[in-house]
Amino acid sequence: MKKREFHKLLLAGGALGLADFPLGLTQAFAQGTGGVKGGTLNSIVQPEPPILNLAVSQLTPTQMVSGKIFLSLLTYDVSLKPMPSLAKSWTISPDGKTYTFKLEPKAKWHDGKPLTSEDVVYTAMEFLPLTHPRAKAIFGRCESITAPDAHTVVFKLKEPFGPFIGAFDISNLPVMPKHIYAGTDVVKNPANLNPIGSGPFKLKEWVRGSHIHLVRNDDYFKPGLPYLDAIIYRVVPDGASRALALENGTVQLTQWTDLELFDAQRLSKKPNLAVTTKGYEYFAPIMWLEINNRNAPLNDKRFRKAVMHAIDRTFIKDKILYGFGKVATGPVNSKTKFYEPNVTTYDFSIAKAKALLDEMGLKPDAKGVRTTVRLPVSPYGEMVQRTCEYIRQSLAKVGIAVVLESTDPGSYTQRISNWDFDMNLSWLYQFGDPALGVTRNYVSSNIRKILFTNTEGYVNPQVDKLADEAAVAVEDAKRQALYSEMQKIIVDEVPIAWLVEMEFPTIYDKRLQNLVTSAIGIHESFDTVYFKG
Amino acid sequence: MNLQWLQGLGALGVRLGKMVAVILLIAIFNFMLVRAAPGDPALVMAGQSGATDEAFLKRVRAEYGLDQPMPTQLATYLGKVVRLDLGYSHRQQRTVLSAILERLPATLLLTLSAFAISLVGGVVLGSLAGVRAGKLSDTLISLIALVIYATPVFWLGLMLVLLFSVQLGWLPAFGYETIGVTMSTWAGIVDKLRHLALPAFTLGMLYLAIYARLMRSSIIEVSHQDYVKTARAKGASDGRILWRHMLRNALLPVVTMAGVQAGTLIGGSVVIETVFAWPGLGRLTYDAVLQRDYQVMLGVFLVLSVLVIFFNWLTDLLYRVIDPRIKAA
Repeated sequence: MKKREFHKLLLAGGALGLADFPLGLTQAFAQGTGGVKGGTLNSIVQPEPPILNLAVSQLTPTQMVSGKIFLSLLTYDVSLKPMPSLAKSWTISPDGKTYTFKLEPKAKWHDGKPLTSEDVVYTAMEFLPLTHPRAKAIFGRCESITAPDAHTVVFKLKEPFGPFIGAFDISNLPVMPKHIYAGTDVVKNPANLNPIGSGPFKLKEWVRGSHIHLVRNDDYFKPGLPYLDAIIYRVVPDGASRALALENGTVQLTQWTDLELFDAQRLSKKPNLAVTTKGYEYFAPIMWLEINNRNAPLNDKRFRKAVMHAIDRTFIKDKILYGFGKVATGPVNSKTKFYEPNVTTYDFSIAKAKALLDEMGLKPDAKGVRTTVRLPVSPYGEMVQRTCEYIRQSLAKVGIAVVLESTDPGSYTQRISNWDFDMNLSWLYQFGDPALGVTRNYVSSNIRKILFTNTEGYVNPQVDKLADEAAVAVEDAKRQALYSEMQKIIVDEVPIAWLVEMEFPTIYDKRLQNLVTSAIGIHESFDTVYFKG
Repeated sequence: MNLQWLQGLGALGVRLGKMVAVILLIAIFNFMLVRAAPGDPALVMAGQSGATDEAFLKRVRAEYGLDQPMPTQLATYLGKVVRLDLGYSHRQQRTVLSAILERLPATLLLTLSAFAISLVGGVVLGSLAGVRAGKLSDTLISLIALVIYATPVFWLGLMLVLLFSVQLGWLPAFGYETIGVTMSTWAGIVDKLRHLALPAFTLGMLYLAIYARLMRSSIIEVSHQDYVKTARAKGASDGRILWRHMLRNALLPVVTMAGVQAGTLIGGSVVIETVFAWPGLGRLTYDAVLQRDYQVMLGVFLVLSVLVIFFNWLTDLLYRVIDPRIKAA
């Protein structure tokens, strides 16, 4: 039986409410990999994380390093099916309201104390609601979270919530030690500087501005793991220096945006290096051009359709992203669950764009300008800058003048949060399920003055209704039908011009084995990663 | 004698008082300047972590004191500064003072090395060029100084890395020590020096060029002075004339420039620290600006202004040592 089928069976078993379904997958996996013990993995972390406690900060670099120190109940394979982590097995009641997890009995904290279900309850009910930006939206749906015995946790939902099983990854529920944090100011707890986790690696040393040194946790609950002796993350702020470090072998792994994409393409051709774009499926961001649906003439559907036609998205993918990515077709990434391919398509056609604008009665003036829009350029690197410049050129050809406005992170955040923009180049993590990472950007109940909400101001009662129903539907077929309908409507109305499903290159030394085993890729615990030969 | 000593002490007191007043004014100015920038740290943090929770924003604002009126915030801040409490950084999860103190040694090591390289190199090369004005060695030195002066520092740094790290493999490309290896004390020092070489040299180059040019013109000017002619007429050797009569007088413009350099070095090291992944104060500042970490920004600005004022004072003292006719103000 292939692993994926095995998981399907497992999930089916869970949904049918069968009694405990013992997994034993952990051991099987550990034995099956046949890794070699030893070795130090050198990698890069950029920018430097402010803190290594994932329960306190959700930044990507924090997730990457902290994912080796802390664990969650589950992780997800590349097709987003749940896999065991701290939970060795789990069941879902037939009404979709009760989730029961059995924990690994041998799991221990780095200080030697046993990890119990009390820790999980404390984390989800007391710690995360204080510090975690998404915790209330997820665990707030619970009527109760209880620990009937030391190794069982029961989440009881007020009403069914389809994506709930997808919310137990390391970013959503990093399990924290109750005996360290209970009764303290969790944000200022000194343990945040010397994290006590339950993962395969422990923090040995963190020299700010230089490196983070993790070493093997010999008391890890999976026998014989981890394989690596140590992982060192270096802080290298300059892009050229990072490429150099990979090239001359100082580091054996780069991820996310560590390298400029032109360097990534060049380096991936070196004989000792391999490249993969797998392992980002859980995040699966889509790069898009947000359009402020409040402002005329952007509030006209025809205008937004014209924008879709006027931008050559294949050009952006091939020339600006150096081929890393795939042209997007709608709000859901094709790697995410419930993606719908049969939606309105928008080919690159200047003639069609002009026709739509003509139809609206937007006539070009003497200089060929029909209207002028403002696009604040976020300060997140060359790629953003180039893409915005390309968009300005593209839209100029159909008579839309784009004024690019440079910003720093603070003013960028403030302008988008306060809806003070006409267009905005951005991307959003999807977290494996439309209910977690997609609909938040399109439902009218989430029109708020906060980044990564429905800042474009899109309102459609039909979409709201479909999103709400799909979130609480129990069966996947039902959810698929609802989300398909929702996607068809949204794509036809173009509240946002979707550009490219982003892909990120993970470039690594070919001797490294088992590097990407799940949908969170390099954020994984790395307990089975090893060097061959 | 006793009276003179007391007068000196009084002057020092006045000077100290002025310095403290200037620092306080700077602190107020910094505070206003930082707050004048749009966007608050709560929003930046929320944005970076994909936050959608108003309560989360409220909590962060309350913790930063951002929900208080501005004058209250300023008063709180000044009250803390007077007690040498630079605040707590929620981004860094530590006090600002400890964050700064941790980075300061690396930056001082880098900048003082660069300072020494530029000062010694610049004075030696400039004097050489000045004494041999018009000859081949002068032309060569002047040309090199001009080229360095016109070259962007980061580019120079990258070229040095390409040559010494990538092509020749003599020196490490970045970092401040070899990580994950235990070494004896001596090996550790050598290792640090090897890592220090390229960034310190790169950072020192620009000022080396400036000093060389200043020193050259200064030496040429001084060599036409009557006392040099007199010394030459007395039959003093070239070396003695240069050492005893010319250097001291020619040095003053260089010292003025060095005082300015000492103040700007730390700020100027941001680029070098970035290219060479050097864990210093420059990058702490840069990161703090990007993340709107008010407490760290204000703390670094304050520490830097104290350093600038201190170096200015040191320069004034140095003037007196080099030329006793100048009175300390």
